[in-house]
Order: sequence, then structure tokens, then C-alpha cells
Amino acid sequence: MKFLDEYRSEPLAKKIVAEIRHIVTRPWVLMEVCGGQTHTIVKYGIDRMLPPEVELVHGPGCPVCVTSLEMIDKAHAIARRPEVIFCSFGDMLRVPGSESDLLVLKSHGADVRVVYSPIDCLKIARANPSRKVVFFAIGFETTAPANAMAVWQAARQGIRNFSVLVSHVLVPPAMAAILQSPLNRVQAFLGPGHVCTVMGYREYEPLAERFRVPIIITGFEPLDILHGTLMTIRQLENGTHEVENQYPRVVQREGNAVAQELVNKVFEVCDRKWRGVGSIPASGYSLREQFRAHDAEHIFEVGAINTAESEICISGLVLRGVKKPHDCPAFGKQCTPENPLGATMVSAEGACAAYYAYGRHLQTTLAGAAA
Amino acid sequence: MCLAIPGKLLEITEDAHGVRMGRANFGGIVKQVCLEYTPEVVKGDYVLVHVGFALSKVDEEEAARTYKLLEEMDQLGELDAPDAEPDPPSWKVPSQ
Repeated sequence: MKFLDEYRSEPLAKKIVAEIRHIVTRPWVLMEVCGGQTHTIVKYGIDRMLPPEVELVHGPGCPVCVTSLEMIDKAHAIARRPEVIFCSFGDMLRVPGSESDLLVLKSHGADVRVVYSPIDCLKIARANPSRKVVFFAIGFETTAPANAMAVWQAARQGIRNFSVLVSHVLVPPAMAAILQSPLNRVQAFLGPGHVCTVMGYREYEPLAERFRVPIIITGFEPLDILHGTLMTIRQLENGTHEVENQYPRVVQREGNAVAQELVNKVFEVCDRKWRGVGSIPASGYSLREQFRAHDAEHIFEVGAINTAESEICISGLVLRGVKKPHDCPAFGKQCTPENPLGATMVSAEGACAAYYAYGRHLQTTLAGAAA
Repeated sequence: MCLAIPGKLLEITEDAHGVRMGRANFGGIVKQVCLEYTPEVVKGDYVLVHVGFALSKVDEEEAARTYKLLEEMDQLGELDAPDAEPDPPSWKVPSQ
């Protein structure tokens, strides 16, 4: 496919790796923010192509992973109601809550449906006027315009039986939280390319300045990741800390102003609890007051929810780049994609699930031995 | 989750509720795409699509520029690398 295949060229990849090897003089720790980038890195073995001085640690950018257990339990409580048609992206179906997951609920008779786009829920709502259609609106800034449009159109078209359970998260506050942690090892970021397609990268400039870290807005194909890594190492070796854009074919500094406008009309910034990390101030979106009629948390009374996470799982440390999946005693043993114990194993984009999918639980790696 | 892929816009339409929509071709698979956030795109453009929404036009000139930059990367780096360094392992994607 055009704009994908050419960014998967192995000879070019080797050229970039040679250039990185040429300029690197000492150890550096880089974090790729997005789960999609983590997936590419592990799939193509990019971390193993790089010289040993360059360590990639995996960031918190998997929205399925970081959706709190309380929110998943709330989703399940709503999905169990007989009047509800519960719609979700496919990635959320197998994520375990305290008692069950959406697929199991479906097998027990709940009306759970996978949708490709939140806008599809409006059709379902129109076709089922006696039912209540609820969409599980998770995601980073990339997904916010789609979810905002579904709510906006529902309000505009008077579709009263459509609501959203919102668990949106924002990238910059999570990066700040990582950098402020006493355990932090991250010295630079490969920034989230698709988040910045929507938001632009102005908001990353104060972060780079305040914490003196280079941030390279990076794409998702193997050559993008390697190119972003090269740009990052250049800055680290030169002692600079700028925001640079590796992904100008789709990212502009100002982002998509039309999308930002509707997102700001529908959502407001709120504090958000991240699975494995805890509460981060001003790190999420919730619906504005005027859209309460479409807010599932407001419509459905969901009682107090008590949750308990696994005691051995170290996903919080993996999400912050402090540990790697193989540092966990449960990785690939008690904890697998079929039976995930924590955030980073629940979705294919979680670091632990990506390592497992590509057989890393069967191997000892340099990174694992050194960590 | 933030997966977004480039598709070629085949057609621009409006749905029954006045929403700007279109059809885009993703390597042979054609899907409906909402174009409300990309008022500037025209038929034949490539758009970056996430969960059924075009988020931006793919800038073909920038794409070509980035690619050329990578292709023209200084060969000296390779020549200067110490002999003892092995070739980086190739990226044969392991089967899942």
C-alpha cells in the first residue's frame, strides 16, 4: 500500500541503523509513547537492530491498557442491563474486569456489539428506538474527534437513546508524570504521531523545555521509528532538547483545527485514573455539562465498585518505562494474553502482550539480561 | 488503538443528515469515511483514517521529501563503523 510499504524497506533501515551507530557515543534511554509504536518495534525487532547504547523503553500509550478497572467494571454493569445495546471497539472485548469480560457477558446473553466507528452506533440507535445504545468511548486524542462527532451528531439529530461511557486519556500529562517520577530513566521521547495529527505538537514544546528532553514526533512504520530514533540520538549527543517532527506527511505543528474545535465543544479536561499508574491530574476528557443527556455515567446508576489488582503484576512499572516485561516473574507464566494479570497484557498494543506475541517470553534478550 | 492508515479518496458525498462522507480505498478494501474534519480534501487525495474518520490529508510532497532524506543518508556512517560490529539482524517477522 502506498505510504506504508516504502517505509518498511530493510536496506534503508540498515542504513539508518549504521548512521545511529556512527554517531552514538554513550548510553541513552528513549521512550516510545504509543502502543502502536511498541508493536512495530517488537514485531520488526527494531530494538535488537539498534546498537547496545540505545535502549528503547515502552510507554503508556495504549488506551485499552490504561483504562481503569473501575471503568471496565462500570462498562460491564451497564452492558448487563437488558435494555442496553453495548457497543465497543473490538480491542476492549477481552479485557477482564473484576469478574468477567464483555465476550463472556455476550455469551451469557448481553447485547454486546463490536463497531468499527463510533458513528455506526447512531445507525444502531436509530434502528432500535426502544433500546439504549451505549458506546464505550475510550482512546487518546487521536480518537477524541470521532467520539466527539458521534455525541455531537446524536445531539443535533435528536437521537436520545445514544450515550457514551467516556474514558478518554491525554498524552502530555502522562509524559510529565513519567518525567517527574523519582524512578524515571527516560531521557527522550519518540512522540505520538497520530495524537499529534489531531493536536499538533505545540503543547509538547513546554514539556521539552521544562524537563530538557528532546521529543521527536514519530510515525508508526519501521523506517519512521528508526528515523525518529536517529533524530533523537542526534539531539541527545548534541545536548539539545527541541520538539522535532519526523512525521510531516501527516502532522503539522498546529494539528487539525477543525477537529480540535469540536473536541473542545463536546469534551472538557478532567482528572483521570490510569490503570497501573494511578490518578493523573488533568489527564483525561469528560463530556461537558450540556451533553449530560448522552453521558452513560449520568444515565445509568452504577453502584460502588471495589476492584483489586494482581499483587505480583508490575505493569505500572512497565508502563512508566522502569521495567521490561521479562522483569516480571509472572510474564508468560501465570500472565498471558489469554489470562492477563494487568494493564500491559490486556491489549495487543501493551508491551507485555507485544513481547508475548513475538515469542520474547521464550528468549533471553540483551535488554532483559541488562535490566 | 491509535492505528490510522492512508487511503485514497474515491468519492465525496453527503449523508441524509448533511454529514460530509466519502469512500476511500485501502489497498483494495473500500470503506466509508467521515470527512467532516478534512474540508480541504478532494477526490484522489490520500487521507489518514482512524476509526472511520479522516484526520488529515497525506502530504505527498512531505512524504517524498522524508523518503529521499532517508535514501540519501550519508553512506560514510556505514563505512566508518568498526569492522567488529556485526550486521544488524534482519527483520524477518517471526510468526505469531
